[in-house]
Amino acid sequence: MTLLITIIAAIIASVCWYSNEKRDEYKLGVLSLIYWGASLMWFIDFVFEYAELKTEYFSQSFSDILNDSLLGVTVVAIGLAAWLVYLFIKDPKGVFNRKLLKK
Amino acid sequence: MACFIVPAVEAVAVTAAFVAAKKHEQKITAPAHERGEIGEKDVKITWSKRLSWLMALLWGGVLLLAFEHFWHGEVVPFPPFLTAMASPEDTAEMLHEMATVGVSMAVTVTAFWGVMCAIAQAKVKKIKASVAKEN
Repeated sequence: MTLLITIIAAIIASVCWYSNEKRDEYKLGVLSLIYWGASLMWFIDFVFEYAELKTEYFSQSFSDILNDSLLGVTVVAIGLAAWLVYLFIKDPKGVFNRKLLKK
Repeated sequence: MACFIVPAVEAVAVTAAFVAAKKHEQKITAPAHERGEIGEKDVKITWSKRLSWLMALLWGGVLLLAFEHFWHGEVVPFPPFLTAMASPEDTAEMLHEMATVGVSMAVTVTAFWGVMCAIAQAKVKKIKASVAKEN
């Protein structure tokens, strides 16, 4: 579930990057790369686990699925937070500069 | 257990290469920029740009995977930081996982980045050809 949720987040971020004219201003490329990087790494993790457990991998208990889903949502939130921190540090629109100069 | 450490090491190396490439490019292109000699035909993807993509892929993945390990109790906020370091058996298993899963992660992300760069390079070539045709 974590892999699935992260892949969905990566696809949504990529669509936002492609369709938004202000992609550079909002650093949307970085957001999608954060999720694609994590998706690729979890995909490899999945391949190794599947090789070990085979079809048993898919017969997880409800509590395991719930836990994985909660982790997936939390990870998406952390990705968004990391992107926001990066955006504020880079400040491509110069919002902080203008605010500081005003004072 | 600690598979994200391998991509983390690669991320550190790529960050160092990015800083070096950026400095080198600034040294080379600064005089041309000052003379206003850089135009549409000079469109290219610099190495610092390419490396910044790989950095985002690696650091993003490492951050989120590190949190996943924290979630599962494999990473703790106190020494030795990795619970697998508690016993020699667990440490051996962790090193095996790093050598298999960790290395595969680093290789896959780098290969994905390589494909990204190849596609972007092909696009730039196409743009340059169409600009040359127009002139």
